[in-house]
Amino acid sequence: MSSLLGIPAQALFGQLLIGLINGSFYALLSLGLAVIFGLLNIINFAHGAQYMMGAFAAYFLLHWAGLGYWWALLVAPVVVGLSGIVIERAMLRWLYRLDHLYGLLLTFGLALIIQGLFRNQYGSSGLPYAIPAQLTGGRDLGFMVLPNYRAWVVVFSLGVCLGTWYVIERTMLGSYLRAATENPALVQAFGINVPRMVTLTYGFGVGLAALAGVLAAPIYQVNPLMGADLIIVVFAVVVIGGMGSIMGSVVTGFALGVIEGLTKVFYPEASNTVIFVIMALVLLWKPAGLFGRAQ
Amino acid sequence: MAVASESVEPAATTPLAMGHQYVAFALMVALLAALPFFVYPVFLMKALCFALFACAFNLLIGYVGLLSFGHAAYLGSAGYLAAHAAKVWGFPPELAILTGTATAAVLGLVIGALAIRRQGIYFAMITLALAQMIYFFSLQAPFTHGEDGIQAVPRGTLLGLLDLRPTTTMYFVVLAIFLGGFLLIYRTIHSPFGQVLKAIRENEPRAVSLGYRADQYKLIAFVLSATLSGLAGATKALVFQLASLTDVHWTMSGEVVLMTLLGGLGTVFGPVVGAFIVIALENYLAQLGAWVTVVQGLIFVVCVLTFRRGVIGELGHLLKKPL
Repeated sequence: MSSLLGIPAQALFGQLLIGLINGSFYALLSLGLAVIFGLLNIINFAHGAQYMMGAFAAYFLLHWAGLGYWWALLVAPVVVGLSGIVIERAMLRWLYRLDHLYGLLLTFGLALIIQGLFRNQYGSSGLPYAIPAQLTGGRDLGFMVLPNYRAWVVVFSLGVCLGTWYVIERTMLGSYLRAATENPALVQAFGINVPRMVTLTYGFGVGLAALAGVLAAPIYQVNPLMGADLIIVVFAVVVIGGMGSIMGSVVTGFALGVIEGLTKVFYPEASNTVIFVIMALVLLWKPAGLFGRAQ
Repeated sequence: MAVASESVEPAATTPLAMGHQYVAFALMVALLAALPFFVYPVFLMKALCFALFACAFNLLIGYVGLLSFGHAAYLGSAGYLAAHAAKVWGFPPELAILTGTATAAVLGLVIGALAIRRQGIYFAMITLALAQMIYFFSLQAPFTHGEDGIQAVPRGTLLGLLDLRPTTTMYFVVLAIFLGGFLLIYRTIHSPFGQVLKAIRENEPRAVSLGYRADQYKLIAFVLSATLSGLAGATKALVFQLASLTDVHWTMSGEVVLMTLLGGLGTVFGPVVGAFIVIALENYLAQLGAWVTVVQGLIFVVCVLTFRRGVIGELGHLLKKPL
């Protein structure tokens, strides 16, 4: 077996792939957070819970409605996104006049409620969700075996991230969105319905989290607490990248996933904490974040 | 940045105007001195430790406008160090508590210096992430004994005079520690230093333009808050003779936010009342398992949507006197 820097190539590329997978989830989740924060000025603490809801939605669709993975990929984000729209209309919109921190506290409370309810019903152990038949197996690349499903997750989430970037940075709809982020009052004066845009943006961000949840369901098990610790890592990713740029959060997400994967190879004890250490270093060197604008 | 400004009346500073706060303080001391003869003292000691923890947290959110979402790091690490010092190094209780408190102070200095480089919402995320790092460290470090925690910590003899094993003795020592911490915070927020902190909360750029080094003030407040949280954590470790992962987990950071929010952000007595309510609630709901989390979440949502002044803030509003 070939080796690199004394590490078997198999292990190295294996961890690199796991890193890319984690990076896909970091990128999708931090993208959703950044889109929501841009327009609503709220950090959505319920993002991890909504990611979990996406995975559970896939599980329910399969077991209650007999709809498989491909339907779940379409339906789960819409359903969970709609639940987000209800939350925005019923609760979040009352907080826009107040300090941003109240939005954080409210969504933290929502995360506790959602995770608590699911835990009451399904306990803390995971529920299995099978890999779709079309994507089972893997292909031998010579230096390693690449499981098809994992390759699909990386390619698909990269596609979703780039698509979102395109819509926001290159289309008419995106230009309204960016304008409303800069100055909502002025955009409203031009006759654009900003409150509706805010609602839909929150629904979209939540939908992205749910989509990540569906993608994660076959890899990790479907578990009520699957998003609870993940969201804290994603917060660190967001601090490192800065939320000012869409592309910034995507690049940071993937890069940190890879770095975390490599740490597992070279210094496994630090793999849980490496992202937080990087966050501390970035704060010392570039407090506004790698892609952020200084206030 | 004014978290509590809409809910808190400007603090009265003349001794005469603060008379009702002295009355409230005397009432609180009388109540806490009498309660152990009617209520289970271990429950009261737990509530007092959390009350001190919440008061320390309130110093930041209520008076500087900084939401730290990682205060469990100071509570938990101080608990670990105090327990380790008492059990493995054989320190007497006063030195064990001092060791734990000093650990929290150093940790607060490091994390605070990093976190105050960003404002607002980022500050909350950074403190949460760094506290999660402390959690992973506590999970892996050998001296914390991972999932088991440090058990059977000896309470020892305070200053070589007071045997802390009887519950009543321990209770009054905890009460003394709580009152000491409470008065220190009270003194801080009513001092010129505290006035500058409030000025920074209300309008940081203006405070800077008046020549105050806002970052230094914020850091000092942060370290003070972390230190007192550590004092609470070290005391709690001796009371329960246990230091465990529960106290470093992010759910604990959320709980202290809940206590302070429920009692009243930026009120003097609010965190104490909030801590007693939340601890009592957990006691009664303990057999319901995960429902505790749901109830806590509901309290968060209701408080943020309709009850932002909190219990004591609302009471103070009714009486037209800041409590």
